[in-house]
Amino acid sequence: MSTSMSTTAPPLPPGADGTICGVDQNTWDDPRARAPLITGGLGYPEITDTVCGVAEAPRPPRAWYIAFGVSATLTAILGCMIAYLFFTGVGVWGNTNPVFWAWDIVNFVWWVGIGHAGTLISAILFLFRQKWRTGINRAAEAMTIFAVICAGMFPGIHIGRVWMAYYLFPIPNQMDVWPQFRSPLMWDVFAVNTYLTVSALFWYMGLLPDLATMRDRATSRVKQIAYGIFALGWRGSNRGWHRYERAYLILAALSTPLVLSVHSVVSFDFATSQLPGWHTTIFPPYFVAGAIFSGFAMVVTLLVPVRALFGLKHLITMRHLENMNKIILVTGCMVGFAYGTEFFIAWYSGNPFEGFAFLARARAHYAWSYWTMIFCNVVAPQLFWFKSLRTSIPVMIVVAIFVNIGMWFERFVIIVTSLSADFLPAAWDYYSPTWVDMLTFLGSMGLFMTLFLLFCRYLPVVAIAEVKAVLPHHHHHPHPEGHGTPKPVSEVTT
Amino acid sequence: MSASTTAPETAPVAVGPQHLGVLIEFADPDALTRAAEKVRDAGFTKWDCHTPFPVHGLDKAMGIKPTILPWIVFGAGATGTLGGLILQLYTNGIELPFSMLQSTTGLVSEVLSPFLPSGYPYVVSGKPVFSVPANIPIAFETTVLLSAFAAFFGMLALNGLPRFFHPVFASERFRRATNDRFFISIEAVDPKYDRKRTRELADSLGGTVDELEA
Repeated sequence: MSTSMSTTAPPLPPGADGTICGVDQNTWDDPRARAPLITGGLGYPEITDTVCGVAEAPRPPRAWYIAFGVSATLTAILGCMIAYLFFTGVGVWGNTNPVFWAWDIVNFVWWVGIGHAGTLISAILFLFRQKWRTGINRAAEAMTIFAVICAGMFPGIHIGRVWMAYYLFPIPNQMDVWPQFRSPLMWDVFAVNTYLTVSALFWYMGLLPDLATMRDRATSRVKQIAYGIFALGWRGSNRGWHRYERAYLILAALSTPLVLSVHSVVSFDFATSQLPGWHTTIFPPYFVAGAIFSGFAMVVTLLVPVRALFGLKHLITMRHLENMNKIILVTGCMVGFAYGTEFFIAWYSGNPFEGFAFLARARAHYAWSYWTMIFCNVVAPQLFWFKSLRTSIPVMIVVAIFVNIGMWFERFVIIVTSLSADFLPAAWDYYSPTWVDMLTFLGSMGLFMTLFLLFCRYLPVVAIAEVKAVLPHHHHHPHPEGHGTPKPVSEVTT
Repeated sequence: MSASTTAPETAPVAVGPQHLGVLIEFADPDALTRAAEKVRDAGFTKWDCHTPFPVHGLDKAMGIKPTILPWIVFGAGATGTLGGLILQLYTNGIELPFSMLQSTTGLVSEVLSPFLPSGYPYVVSGKPVFSVPANIPIAFETTVLLSAFAAFFGMLALNGLPRFFHPVFASERFRRATNDRFFISIEAVDPKYDRKRTRELADSLGGTVDELEA
């Protein structure tokens, strides 16, 4: 054991022991030291400058304008498609007997799922004391809110008679008939709306101290007033921080079961029905794993360009991306395992209809979508077993986009293949989308990107205060002589 | 303003800028924590530390008691659970209020009926109209929703926010409290505040002292 005691130890990796770590050099793991969460040796003022600089720059990078132009156009197309849908009816979509749920619900589930990564980062990783989350939580939470907005739109517009949309909420109709609260569709309304509200509150609360920073740095009167109003007069008071941190912890503890409930409830929409292929008990955990999987893929897809475009590479480091890629690998394997379990149960249950539904997925008309899903969700992430691949920007972009595509197809496979061949063979039909379906989906991406680009332009993309709080030199103890006994002080305010 | 520049005899007592307190600036959180202990021991109550991020150990150094926020959240959460269950019980579980009102005649039912719509019990597969397991998801969501509102708005209310004017904002230096500097503010309204002696204490803390005036 002690044969090599005399040999010199290898040098410490960059960033350890007070040395400054360069961009993307913090992916090492060395038992003697902790890899830095922030590279470039940034201190408090540099962190502020870096993050605020993005929103304070007189002009965003040219790429921002191009992206914004494209997304704003797509958002306009979305508006046209919705108007066309409202004026004409849901017949403009490809939904028809027996496939009455198609791209609308596929898109809904896909977007809601994407939101889950933001809450996982902001709440669950917070409870697990994963300090690296501070670099990415702000952008991921913003992504959550925008994704849930896109998601919530689809059930709203697919109901056919939009003037009846109020009936999604507990409001009695003209015959005093209330919604049916034992229906998972009602649970879904409550789950998604609660999720959107709580995510927005959590996000805004996290923003408060950073909006105060923006207010205090603002040079123009308009910005001072605008940021000042939204900062609510935050002054970094420690009595304030005390309650703020407690509220943050409570919100994290509330969001954790909430986020698990949301996709579980979405899966109940399917699982509580009796359709072969939907009626399975594995759905809640399988949906949640898939949601986190797709959400992290979207975070990687967004943050790789964001960190490059806005000069945030020291704050959103390669280690952050690598960690997210590890989560993509883990959740990808969970999803792959769930696909296998579904097939196993379909066979093992001895239920011929269940068995048929799954064999049809893999071998009948929609086999192309099934195998696209398998390739994108199960095969592609396996590249992340290799460190060189999961720390390579081009590889992770390609895999993340594959995962985004694959997770969309997962929902397509579940919804469309099951419906298109249901109980009555005479009713079977092949579903094809129309151009309205496609443009509506593209338009929802435009809406999402528009909101995200505006967020990048006007708000702090990284949680400034939270990043400062996890800087390593902040943690050494203030008193070598010890705290001793804190004297009791009468405190009026709590 | 007329040309008669002689000082009017009935001029109010010359009001200089009003003294609001002192502000002491520190460059790092450790110095702030040490100073906070001294201010705490001096017995002030209307004072605070201002930091760009929550500083570990400062609550103890300031002698801050744990906030009552969790109890507020608990109350709101319990209300949410009950409210969610009652909502479902009322709307799906019973038919009572409206039909009772209908059977009574006259003004009461005329006036109240729009505000007290009847519930609508659905018969689905012969299952009970109200059964707790099927009503848990919505009760859970309302619990989380109300708790989150309480956590956020309770935090703001306890912190006295939004508050757009505060003595500390009088200092130009204070802009760095949200960036890289650490401050202690002692307000002149504190019962222990004495302009001269508090200033002496402030000077002894090792930071840069500013008088807050407006």
